[in-house]
Amino acid sequence: MDSPLRLIASNPVDHLARTVEALLVVASAPLSVDELSEAADDDPERVETALGLLRERYGEGKSGIVLERVAGGYAFRASRAASEACARLFERPVERGLSQAAVETLAIVAYLGPCSRPEIARIRGVAADSAVASLVERGLIAEAGREDGPGGAVRYRTTALFERVFGLESLAALPRLDDLGADTGELRERLLEVASARAS
Amino acid sequence: MAPTPVRELELDLDAFEGPFDLLLTLLLKEALEPREVDVAGIVLSFVDHLAEREEIDLEACGEFLVLISALLELKARALFPDEAAELDALEPEEAAEELARRLAEYRRMKEAAAWLFERLATERERWFRLGPAPLAPQAERRLALQDCSALAEALRGLAVPPPNVSLSHMALRFPPVSQFLDRFRALLHRRRRFDFDVEVGGLSRVEQAVAFLALLELRKSGEIALSQAAPFAPIRVSRADDERILTWTARSA
Repeated sequence: MDSPLRLIASNPVDHLARTVEALLVVASAPLSVDELSEAADDDPERVETALGLLRERYGEGKSGIVLERVAGGYAFRASRAASEACARLFERPVERGLSQAAVETLAIVAYLGPCSRPEIARIRGVAADSAVASLVERGLIAEAGREDGPGGAVRYRTTALFERVFGLESLAALPRLDDLGADTGELRERLLEVASARAS
Repeated sequence: MAPTPVRELELDLDAFEGPFDLLLTLLLKEALEPREVDVAGIVLSFVDHLAEREEIDLEACGEFLVLISALLELKARALFPDEAAELDALEPEEAAEELARRLAEYRRMKEAAAWLFERLATERERWFRLGPAPLAPQAERRLALQDCSALAEALRGLAVPPPNVSLSHMALRFPPVSQFLDRFRALLHRRRRFDFDVEVGGLSRVEQAVAFLALLELRKSGEIALSQAAPFAPIRVSRADDERILTWTARSA
């Protein structure tokens, strides 16, 4: 009879690692250390150690399954080596056909969220209704309360699925906004130059 | 090739498809939101239209500029309704600063969107399970230990027979209206007038109500006249002919 699979023999958290592994297999969304700790009925620090063991075991290039830290938790995914096979069998409904307008709206919600449709429209210069509806339907953004005052507009924030689709550990993994785009001073100078050229 | 008036310029936009003048009409009638209109799309249509022609029609260009400017203003006002007054008060340099700030904000978001697009491309090889999470187990409601005698006491409280429902209203008797009709007719035969409140003073509420119905019946048939000095004041009942005599006397005087 075959001996049972052992992750790392004689490791004190071996048993816990198996439990954590089982929980992650069943879950369809990333699980945080606290959630794993509660479900496994064990200490969070020991769960972290067990996750370390699992990351060694399920690393890229070592297994068809990869354990990754994403969207504020841990989750299994297929290895990159298996991506072509996955693409032949499965669909990517969340990101399929994402328009430029939808991704711009997504960027605004990711950086400035929770924010409302009027706020998005103010930045983009066009109504954001259809883009927001599309992102909500895909599960990339979700409602997050309303603006203050009676009849306040609905606010939106990005979801854990957004972070997972874009492979982000959290929203903090997004590049800093100050590092993106043009300098306001430079734009202002250019505008004034154009204005003076027209006036002359 | 005959020039096409700008107003008849055919548009094919996300929010609208048809001639330019119809679009303007819909906007003025507020049947279409200005913010839904892709102004750049209209400009491109016009440029395409110009490219099809061999010579530039300056008159058409001027008309187009006027119309598209008006449309831009409409759209700007719709997008920034609260800020219009604020912007009007700005000095040119401040306005440039504000515009630059907004352009920079939008450009940063465009850059962020470009970064997300790139990220999406690099993460295309990541496949993971999508779907609803399995249901969490329902919390088991655990009851505290119960004392049997307390339970019996509680049941005993519930086992008390309910109080008898009163059926007294079923026995309520309504005297016939005719009884009061006869009574009031007899009264007016003896006296020319009487106070309704005095006559029904000693009766029950039901009897008073029936007496009042009889009063209304007599008034309807024109046998009596009713008068009341003020709301809730005593109701004075008199013979109808007596009332007519009083009125005639008052007019003669």
